[in-house]
Amino acid sequence: MTSQSIFRAALLDASVAVPAGLTDGAGRPAPKRFAVYRNNVAVSLTEALEAGFPAIARLLGADNFSIISGTYLRAHPPTSPLMMLYGADFPTFLAGVEPLAHLGYLPDVARLEYALRGAYHAADATPIDPATLPNQTHLPLAPATQLVRSDWPIFSIRARALSDDAPQPPVRPETVLITRPGFDPQAQIISPATADFITALLANTALDSAIDIALRTDADFDLTAALTMLLAQNAIISLTTEVPT
Amino acid sequence: MIPLPCAPGVGYKPQHYSDILANPVPVEWLEIHAENYMGAGGRPLAQLRHLSERFAISVHGVGLSIGGEAPLDTDHLSRLRHLCDWIAPASFSEHLAWSSHDSAFLNDLLPLPYTAATLTRICDHIDQVQTTLNRQMLLENPSSYLAFAASTYDEPDFLTEVARRTGCGLLLDVNNVFVSATNLGYDPRDYIDAFALAQVGEIHLGGHDEDEDDHGAPLLIDSHGAAIVDPVWALLDYTLARSGPRPTLIEWDTDVPDWPTLAAEATRAAFALAYARDVPAMCLPGAAE
Repeated sequence: MTSQSIFRAALLDASVAVPAGLTDGAGRPAPKRFAVYRNNVAVSLTEALEAGFPAIARLLGADNFSIISGTYLRAHPPTSPLMMLYGADFPTFLAGVEPLAHLGYLPDVARLEYALRGAYHAADATPIDPATLPNQTHLPLAPATQLVRSDWPIFSIRARALSDDAPQPPVRPETVLITRPGFDPQAQIISPATADFITALLANTALDSAIDIALRTDADFDLTAALTMLLAQNAIISLTTEVPT
Repeated sequence: MIPLPCAPGVGYKPQHYSDILANPVPVEWLEIHAENYMGAGGRPLAQLRHLSERFAISVHGVGLSIGGEAPLDTDHLSRLRHLCDWIAPASFSEHLAWSSHDSAFLNDLLPLPYTAATLTRICDHIDQVQTTLNRQMLLENPSSYLAFAASTYDEPDFLTEVARRTGCGLLLDVNNVFVSATNLGYDPRDYIDAFALAQVGEIHLGGHDEDEDDHGAPLLIDSHGAAIVDPVWALLDYTLARSGPRPTLIEWDTDVPDWPTLAAEATRAAFALAYARDVPAMCLPGAAE
């Protein structure tokens, strides 16, 4: 092993011996000094996870979150220097933590938080002028637009986790649309038909086909309301008869 | 390229955006952490675009792992080139440290033994950075909590040799000197005396925390989370008396204070710079406000 491999292994696992050849200024061994680096790595990554998943941190409480994030960061340290990307597989990790199995909604709430972070850093885009919208065309959506589907009331749970003023979450599945009309990602609950409509648009399906898909989900699908909402969210950035790439 | 002014700068925090635009005095330039501005869009890039029209910008990398045993991450180097091409910063700097190994990014600035092998590797990496970015970079001295028995160079001599071989400039973090000197038991003024001050393109100042080691000796932790202590201000005066005025940055990255508190630290740096210029502090811009 190279010296940095040895260092890396000992940084992430306190049961691994402190690397040889490290001393204080007088040449004496000083393992507590190596612990400064261990602590820096663990604290900085825990803080990054807490900043990226504030609702999960609140739902678990500080002590539990510290334990869970400590296990995660040691098994899944960042793979990129872009900390804005850290935690992409945290939702999947949460799903595998047996003591949390009774909190079935946690992985989906984590996915919602990661999607909001992604929307924050997504590319900017200019929305179309609604006056020019024709009936049959493709409607490319802004890069920040994302859907997070869940069998759990993830929007309501997140809201409750982040604000004591939010109501008790109802017992129902919730599908959340994330948009970014300006610089702040917005989350809202949307109906199953609207979700299918937007999923189709995100897959570059033509508008008329996307409407058919939504109507199959719900015969009362309200196209005008869906388009109005997307326009209001600055989510529709073009209209074209070409299939977008 | 507009060089950084020999004036106070601060590490930019988004919560200060409106305050900085309303009244930046005495701050004349801003430093950003490169990796926070590598998203595709959104508020971070919009704020940076706007600020760069008004302030000289220093791009400070914290993720390149220049001291890494593995080759540099060329994808990351490309992202840095893209950022520097876009914002045309007055300065680009990185650290004498490593942070990535075996596909893991450890989000900390990790220490290096100062040996001939490390020297060769660092110089090769800096050559690659300066060629890719087509600009001179500054290399920053680290905070040290421990020493390597294998080291054969003192840190100032090591940095002098890196600058001589690569033509890079140096970023002198005076708080890091104070932290390392306390932790490893030497006089920080001896370190400054041995440093290649003519190569210094920027000075950093920041706060630290206090702990103690296995033997009860003081162990200072570079936290960037507190006010700068008086002995570090004194070491800045000692440095500026020998180097002359240099662009001087206040770093406060955790437990970030409100803008007036940060601007007060920058004002103290402005007075130190004025003293080093032998200009009466009363003549400082903004001194009457």
